[in-house]
Amino acid sequence: MISQIAIVLFDGFAFGMLLFLLSVGLSVTLGMMNFINLAHGAFGMFGGYVAVTAMRQLGLPFLAALPLAFIAMALLSVIVERTLFRRLYRAGELNQVLFTIGAVFVSAAVATFVFGTVQQVIILPSWLRGSVEIGDVRFGVYRAFIILVALIVTALLVFGLERTRLGAQVRAAVDNQRMAQGLGLDVERVFAITFALGSGLAGLGGALAVEIVGLSPSFGFQMLVYVLIVVSVGGLGSITGSFVGAALLGIGDVAGKYFWPEIGSFLIYLMLVAILLVRPLGLFGKR
Amino acid sequence: MQTPVSAPIEARDWLRRRSRWSPFEILFWLATLLPFIFFPTYLPLANQIAIAALFAISVDLILGYAGIVTLGHAMFFGLGAYFAGIISVHGWGEPISGLLMAGLFAGIIGYIISFLITRVQHLALIMVTLGLGFLTYELANALHWLTGGTDGLRGISTWPVFGQFRFDMWGYTAYGYALAVLFLCFLLSRRLVNSSFGLALRGIRENVKRMPAIGADHKSHLRLIYAISAAIAGLAGGLLAQTTNTVALDSLSFERSADVVVMLILGGTGRLYGAILGTFIFLVARDQLAGINPQYWYFGIGMLLMVVVLFMPKGILGFLARIVARAK
Repeated sequence: MISQIAIVLFDGFAFGMLLFLLSVGLSVTLGMMNFINLAHGAFGMFGGYVAVTAMRQLGLPFLAALPLAFIAMALLSVIVERTLFRRLYRAGELNQVLFTIGAVFVSAAVATFVFGTVQQVIILPSWLRGSVEIGDVRFGVYRAFIILVALIVTALLVFGLERTRLGAQVRAAVDNQRMAQGLGLDVERVFAITFALGSGLAGLGGALAVEIVGLSPSFGFQMLVYVLIVVSVGGLGSITGSFVGAALLGIGDVAGKYFWPEIGSFLIYLMLVAILLVRPLGLFGKR
Repeated sequence: MQTPVSAPIEARDWLRRRSRWSPFEILFWLATLLPFIFFPTYLPLANQIAIAALFAISVDLILGYAGIVTLGHAMFFGLGAYFAGIISVHGWGEPISGLLMAGLFAGIIGYIISFLITRVQHLALIMVTLGLGFLTYELANALHWLTGGTDGLRGISTWPVFGQFRFDMWGYTAYGYALAVLFLCFLLSRRLVNSSFGLALRGIRENVKRMPAIGADHKSHLRLIYAISAAIAGLAGGLLAQTTNTVALDSLSFERSADVVVMLILGGTGRLYGAILGTFIFLVARDQLAGINPQYWYFGIGMLLMVVVLFMPKGILGFLARIVARAK
């Protein structure tokens, strides 16, 4: 029993860390511009395709494919943000939701057109395969790798946000966009950079997720609900919130499916609704 | 000579003027009869459109008029469908009473849920409706003994309407029945939005904070319209169960919740005909495009959504209305 709990906690935390990478960018950009970007998961999807294609066609090693997915998605997101999304910052939330859902549809169709509907597989280097046995519990090496990457990213994010000039600007813009603008801060520029970083992280998360959840054109839809839950439960604009929310959701999801397969997902949604009714701003949300 | 002073119009006169029938509307409803004569092979599609349009009207009431953004309204559609289906499986296949009970059931659940809905706003509201939708879906999936789970509900048999009109395989009765329910619910909704209650709802949509300031009990208004909307959605679901004699889990799915909002936005929110027009365009386009290749459909609907949001924020009907107004 103890070993079962340990493995569920471990797998759940690893899944949660994937969700964290996929959703932290959305949380920060939502907190800053109140822009509900449901297409955030699509960056994850394309990130996955970039990594898979880079490894298969260009023969890049896995560790080189990951940063490539990050950079490619950051660049793509700058283009999309400058040309399309920025028109919608002042639009109502319904219009934002619909526009970005439309973007998810289009990106799924494009992915099908280019890559087909087949599930993509990624070939991991041998040192990431297999598992390590501690006591009588087998921990997957790849999941440990995901946790390591996510913790490094978290450390970088927290450091960047607390200690750098850009981080201070981001915090100011999240706390009070108007005031920040009034003090001469170029909020749009800060936002564009944050958006690019967040989308890049989603691309990285997507590349890492191929091995765990698979990759097909419906990835954007599959992950959409998870990402939204993380963001709304954690609270907008909060890295801590996203981290805790993602960890809770990952562990809850894996535990629910493991111990109560019949009603596992039911419990997840029940928790979502209950948390939001008690704290409409999420666990760590400020406004 | 005295210049005519434009007297302040009484609110009641204004409302009465709004609720007058225009010739276009009468033409429109006559046109809904065309499938009987000219397109009998498309009657099943026409039936689907009538049902989806009723569902879209229910969403328009809360989204277009009261400003409650929802991504989980399929829960009431599905509850109505399952209620109508389950009482039929258990031996009561009389359509009209069954349909009314399904609507009532969905309305009661809607009223209970409305107490939760009015507590939250913005993203939390979207997420709560989304979460409740998934919750109902998973619940129906888990209650396999009652709903049939992923296999769907089997063994529904609906008795003839008024004991006279058997549900035929061509869909004559089905479409006629669905159209009649759609028309009655449309009349009810039309009356509702052109009443002082409808005005109060629009006030809430425009400014949530100002309504309580002028003494309107906005939460009870919202609860009432949410329950009415849930009941109409339940009627739509009940219609689907009765006219197709099956209920599947997809009647509760997120896709259905999202599709109906898309239809509504295409047509234009806050005008009941927008819901019907959007549904018509959406379903006919899907019928034609998905026949060629489902991927075309996804690409097309995605592009259409983005274009509508960017260039026609009030939907196709709102866009047309603006052109007409400019031409005058």
